[in-house]
Amino acid sequence: MITTTDVSSFLTRRRSPHGWHWTDWLSYAYLAVGVLLVLLPIFWMFMSSIKSPRALVENDPRLLPYEQLTIPAADGSRQLGVFIWTKPDGSKADVAFVGPRGANARVYELANPSEIIEVPRTALARKDIIQPRFENYTDPTIGSTQSRTFNFLRYFWNSTFVTVVATLLTLVVNAMAAFALSKYKFRGRDAMVIVIVSTLLIPPTVILVPLFMTVSKLGMLNSLWGVIIPAIATPTGVFLLRQYMLTIPDELLEAARMDGASEWKIFWRIMLPLSLPALSVLAILSVMWRWNDFMWPLIVLTQSEVFTLQLGLSTFKGELNDNMHYLLAMTVLTLLPVTLVFVFLQKHITTGIANTGLK
Amino acid sequence: MSGISEQSAKPAAHPVSDAVGWAWGMLGDVLDGPFRALQKHIGANKMAYVFLLPNLLVFGLFSFWPMILNFYIAFTGGQSVILAERPFVGLGNFRELLDCPSYLDPKTCPVAGFSFWTGIWNTLFFAVVQVPIMVVVALVTAIILNRDIRGRGFWRAVYFYPVMLSPVVVAVIWDWILKRRGILNALLEDATNGWNSLITTRPFAVASVFLIGFFAGHLFLKVLPARLKPLYETQFKPLMLAAGLAVVTAVMMLQGSSFSFDWLALPDYRPVNWLIDTRSGWPMFWVIFVYTWAHLGFYMLILLAGLQAIPKDLYEAAEMDGTPKSRAFWRITLPLLMPTMIVVLVLSLIRAFQVFDEVYVLTGGGPGQATKMIIQHVYESAFIGDAKRYGIAAASSVLVAGILLILTLIQLTATRKKAGG
Repeated sequence: MITTTDVSSFLTRRRSPHGWHWTDWLSYAYLAVGVLLVLLPIFWMFMSSIKSPRALVENDPRLLPYEQLTIPAADGSRQLGVFIWTKPDGSKADVAFVGPRGANARVYELANPSEIIEVPRTALARKDIIQPRFENYTDPTIGSTQSRTFNFLRYFWNSTFVTVVATLLTLVVNAMAAFALSKYKFRGRDAMVIVIVSTLLIPPTVILVPLFMTVSKLGMLNSLWGVIIPAIATPTGVFLLRQYMLTIPDELLEAARMDGASEWKIFWRIMLPLSLPALSVLAILSVMWRWNDFMWPLIVLTQSEVFTLQLGLSTFKGELNDNMHYLLAMTVLTLLPVTLVFVFLQKHITTGIANTGLK
Repeated sequence: MSGISEQSAKPAAHPVSDAVGWAWGMLGDVLDGPFRALQKHIGANKMAYVFLLPNLLVFGLFSFWPMILNFYIAFTGGQSVILAERPFVGLGNFRELLDCPSYLDPKTCPVAGFSFWTGIWNTLFFAVVQVPIMVVVALVTAIILNRDIRGRGFWRAVYFYPVMLSPVVVAVIWDWILKRRGILNALLEDATNGWNSLITTRPFAVASVFLIGFFAGHLFLKVLPARLKPLYETQFKPLMLAAGLAVVTAVMMLQGSSFSFDWLALPDYRPVNWLIDTRSGWPMFWVIFVYTWAHLGFYMLILLAGLQAIPKDLYEAAEMDGTPKSRAFWRITLPLLMPTMIVVLVLSLIRAFQVFDEVYVLTGGGPGQATKMIIQHVYESAFIGDAKRYGIAAASSVLVAGILLILTLIQLTATRKKAGG
């Protein structure tokens, strides 16, 4: 029987210098299972995204992008599927499927195209080849597909615009406020800090309706600015930057003032560069928030020209099932930038988030 | 963004970052003109208000004003977006939400109340089940990562990775897996068939008998009187017993005995419609699972940071005193981690209460209303369908805000305690 003591001692035991304790094996097994649980779904989606539409409709459970081999018919009018025919004597031959006849199939051997023979369908097995379909990616992006229902480049541009502009504004606006609240003494400063931090208590999800009305009154519905502006002043941002700026010595500012620098120049040329560590944490958070944002864009943006990637994907997902190959490919393209950023800035991101406790 | 982050890379190392830094500086100089003029006018100290202004403007317009407006809208009816055109209805909206014979059975409520209470109960169920599961799994993972683990950075990064993914991407990934003819059903079907054909094979029967014999032999050892133990241990080791039984089984089967493990066979697997099946709890199960999958890494990271902040010499001192590891865990690790735990607990509770994105894209609140959460009720009342019931949505928001406020206050108190301790 396993007691709580067993569990806790298992969890806290450390690797001994004499090799591996059984708890080490268990720890690594646990971690490995978790990693599989995290990565396999994403990996499966990626592998599915390069499959043919037909393989997706048939829900081929094989990992690799198999597809039936086809060859052009003699008259060039259509493609014929290739099957492996198991002859009555047990030998096998590749045949092209011409058409059905009752329970039989009319086929011809690839080696002997002129002679059409009839074989029982049960003796035929599909001849599959591995054929990754990169068209899934190229069609909605650079290809001239006839039905460009998923306007990837437009959505991508919208998402990028929102993310970049909102992050820049977030940094500047919050850094300005943090500068004022950390380096000046003025009446009502402490009250101001409390007021700003107390907006943390207003979750955006509970002011959807009045926010929508305000934004609509300002004429920002169906405009990317309606997504960008309302959230550029974040209390977490002000708080984070202020805490950091408090550690920057005032003497630096005084010296600059002596040299005749304006307050703005002090802010732009001294405070911002010195606050880079805190600014980069906020930048990472902001990029994450904005790129992945779903609910607020869903409310503000109703016309597909201004959709962000997330809106485009969710609409596309709701609309149709026969374009699964495009949906999966576009999902991979959507997670790609975030993944690349994460791979390169992984250490920065995890330590930044662990230190601030923010997401 | 590019300006800031590229500047942060390394000073004066790269032509691109140099150029960006130069442009950034120029931008500041250009803006300096008007600000300098303003400063001359109002004095250096008053510039603080100028720096605060943009922030306060946005806060005021998009946080405070909406919050006040929310209360007003909650008391108005009609479908207009223009405030002046909204008739005052007093407590009408609240009455429609709260006027139920029984809150436990939303069917007894008016239409709006039905939607509201369905959302409340679903969200409550979701939060009460999801939060403890996630916190415990996050804690176990963090504790394991805090051991002397090789490649800690790698494991930590992989566990955190789903946090970076957007809710829509997460929902598409899992929807693709959970389709009726998706990979999960295919795998389970393969596993069932594989098991069912495995148990009919002879090697399986022999191996099973061997294992059963081995454990039975050990069990026998435990119950044997002490006097007989040496004899048993030297003469009939459990291994011998197991091997003997296995050989007998093998011989019996070769002789044509009908002995088999067929009774272990599972019934034929029937694919489950994981996200659509109305009669089962599967949709809610998967909503909880997927949400936990997506957010676990964040809380794991916070807990890991909390664990690593515990001074190592405490453990060393305990070890010198001969304190067992398990005792050190209960007496040192857990108490010192408590403040972090409370923050994690309340934060995840607040987040769970506002769950919307993942669930909305994954199930749309269905099947029926089975996974419809409270924020979805707010969203749909105001923005979906022909009747835009802004008043109902605002009144619901006020009630939800009350719940969230209580949770947030608990969190703030806990955070302050953490900062103080």
